[in-house]
Amino acid sequence: MTRLRIVTATLLLLFVMMQQPASGQVTARVKESVLDNGLKVLLLEERKAPVVTIHVWYRVGARNEEAGTTGLSHFLEHMMFKGTSKVGPGQFSRTVQKNGGRDNAFTSDDYTGYFETFASDRVELSLELEADRMRGLLLDPKELEAEKKVVIEERRLRTDDDPVSALAEVMVAGAFQVHPYRQPVIGWMSDLEGLTRDDLVRHYNTYYRPNNAVLTVVGDFKSEELLPKIRRHFAAIPRGSDPPKVRAVEPQQRGERRLLLRKEAELPFVYLGYHVPNLNHRDSFALEVLAYILSGGKSARIYKSLVYEKQLALFAGAGYDRESIDPNLFTLYANAMPGKTPEQVERALLEEIERLKTEPIPERELQKAKNQIEAGFLLGQDSVFNLARQLAEYEIVAGWRAWEAYLPGIRAVKAEDLQRVARTYLTQDNRTVAVLIPTKAEKESR
Amino acid sequence: MTGRNQFISGISVILLLFPVLVAAAPLAERQVLDGGVTLLVASRRALPIVTVKVSVRAGSLWEPEGRAGLANLTASLLTRGTATRTAAQIDEEADFIGASLSSWAGRDSSELELTLLKKDLPTGLELLADALLRPEFPDREIARKVGEFKAALRKRQEDPGEVAREAFDGLVFGSHPYGRSLEGTDASLSAITRDDVLRFYRAHYSPERTMITVVGDVEPKEVAERFRTLLRDWPRGGGTAGETAEPKPLPEKVLVKKIDRGVTQANIVLGHQGVKRDNPDYYALTVMNYILGGGGFSSRLVEQIREREGWAYDVSSSFSPGLERGSFQVVLQTKNETAGPAVREVLRELRRIIDQEVTDQELADAKAYLTGSFPLRLDTNRKLADLISTVEYYKLGLDYADRYPTLINAVTRADVLRVARAYLRPDRYVLVVVGDQSKAALPK
Repeated sequence: MTRLRIVTATLLLLFVMMQQPASGQVTARVKESVLDNGLKVLLLEERKAPVVTIHVWYRVGARNEEAGTTGLSHFLEHMMFKGTSKVGPGQFSRTVQKNGGRDNAFTSDDYTGYFETFASDRVELSLELEADRMRGLLLDPKELEAEKKVVIEERRLRTDDDPVSALAEVMVAGAFQVHPYRQPVIGWMSDLEGLTRDDLVRHYNTYYRPNNAVLTVVGDFKSEELLPKIRRHFAAIPRGSDPPKVRAVEPQQRGERRLLLRKEAELPFVYLGYHVPNLNHRDSFALEVLAYILSGGKSARIYKSLVYEKQLALFAGAGYDRESIDPNLFTLYANAMPGKTPEQVERALLEEIERLKTEPIPERELQKAKNQIEAGFLLGQDSVFNLARQLAEYEIVAGWRAWEAYLPGIRAVKAEDLQRVARTYLTQDNRTVAVLIPTKAEKESR
Repeated sequence: MTGRNQFISGISVILLLFPVLVAAAPLAERQVLDGGVTLLVASRRALPIVTVKVSVRAGSLWEPEGRAGLANLTASLLTRGTATRTAAQIDEEADFIGASLSSWAGRDSSELELTLLKKDLPTGLELLADALLRPEFPDREIARKVGEFKAALRKRQEDPGEVAREAFDGLVFGSHPYGRSLEGTDASLSAITRDDVLRFYRAHYSPERTMITVVGDVEPKEVAERFRTLLRDWPRGGGTAGETAEPKPLPEKVLVKKIDRGVTQANIVLGHQGVKRDNPDYYALTVMNYILGGGGFSSRLVEQIREREGWAYDVSSSFSPGLERGSFQVVLQTKNETAGPAVREVLRELRRIIDQEVTDQELADAKAYLTGSFPLRLDTNRKLADLISTVEYYKLGLDYADRYPTLINAVTRADVLRVARAYLRPDRYVLVVVGDQSKAALPK
């Protein structure tokens, strides 16, 4: 939802995603099937713990929304727990929990994902529940009105009363002028208030179809036993029409955009976004390494300079939204220390960008970034949940096989590539700068 | 991305304290090394990775009067310079092998944690031991950390939920260490000297007060050998650490604190003191709390306040037992205008679970979840390491995982009613509301 959270989530995912040394790539063990109705099935057997995680992700998110009805995908995600003709409102999670499982869901710009994680012997329950709500949702008007209030409270909690999230929303809406990435996943408040049952029904019927979904199962199971069960529960669901394509293309940015947010807060925050290509472009590997050079640990450039040496920022870093259907942003951010101005902080961030362009990156520093990426790749494999999430995300943004190209691509990055991409993309004309100006900071005595 | 709810993470935090294991094997191999360190090793060979977690009896519980934040400052300085390495060198060495090394204090213990690839274990353990045994506490690093924590305290004022929790702890625990934030206060941080840090370190960081948990692609014998070598020069402590104290009981009345902020939601915390971790009613309380507000979408509070009324995105209840009595609290956020009705509903639910027994169905569902979800609590090295250290620290026994289902399944409806009556106090509680008070219509 908020871009900053996405940035954090992306870094975590990157950590999580690079699962395997190139030789034994985890993707080599993925079994792909497509049912006749178009449902894509990805199975990955992992026996290190007696658990299984089942994910059903739909290819729909804020990216598929229009002005006036933003927040629709996320609202629908909430309603997916509010009842079908077979499973009453609130019963979905209760059923999962009384079987010792955990369930939840999430919505992003590009997808809406649902999951259940169980001890290994309860997989079929998930299949039954997920198949049921793929087409059987009631969208009861009374439930809908109550849940709309919950979503509005969620927006208040996560965005309106959180100055940094509110700033992230402002920055992204400034960086994208044409592409729907400009819209917050949770939706604008005025849009949320006006969403109707008709909006939800239309959205559900357009996007919640087997041919627009990915079913991913990771954990302790046998594929040859599971696949027939999957067919039994999902094969009868009819294929739908292909959902409409998102055709918007963000035009090249030609000049820096500056935005201010005045809001009750304690410390100024500076948030920069540069338009960059996504994983489909070969420069994405160099940009990925660059994010680690700037922000991979306490010895990385931004932390070392802004937080440790200059003590300008309480925290600071960079992030690259690489796994994204359409090109997204490379971001830098810093929360100023008390007594430091946003100008000082921004200048220090920009100095780090300029350094990348003018001074060659030492071999050891490049090696350190690559070591971090390789280690993170393996460390992230510890969790079946994260494996499933990674697989599903890759599938939706670029096809899951794009995951295979990741480590080889990273290994091939050279110091001069880093300098080249910094000069190409991290330019003044291509940047959006959003600054949080705290109000009431002075009279806030503690 | 935005999710439907965050209850699950809340539940898992609580559950980490008391899971069940399917296998009948002890959770880890345990031994006490010659110097006095307790070592616990669990081999997990599926991936060439290792997690190491050091827990020291050096939490904020042991902080001297007027030195709030000392435990956390000391812990965080472990990696900020040793006899042979500067802070920057430690960061560089850890980052170069893609490892993470961090340290912090909790209420009951201080922690130092390392996660890395197996091939880098010798390098990583050398760094870890250096930080644990030979920190230098350089003045400039102390100044830096103090500045950072002061800024973090100020930053926290931006988060109305944090402001509410901080005020709640202060009212519930008074001057007891459980009543203050781990970072301390602006004033206490200013008062702390390098001598205070050194004294705290010397009194509490000793082998007998330390346990080390290792989970991952390791051989227990080999790990023990490494630690014997790395820790051989660590002198036993002089036993200078003091005893911990109990919090003073709360006054017999309702305490309400309203804090005015220009926010759209009232952030509400309601509760009182709870129990110690070694309380025998712990398991009945776990079941009771699951039904009341710990069980996410299976709980009464969510059913009433979120599902029926649509007043809140998030509402939950929890006990946080420690070496001393922790709190019981209900937390929720709702638009300012519904703060009053939401508080009344919370109190109604507290009274209901005190007045009548829960249903058979509720009891069965709670037990099924608590016992059945165990494998999910141990499905990563990190989670297993957390469980093992908790089990050791609170003396639950390494067969705890096998005993847990029995402990939970033994709870009856009458037990649930009994513990609800014994430990919930809907007439003597602390209520903190951070929000726009001009709009929040609160009960008098």
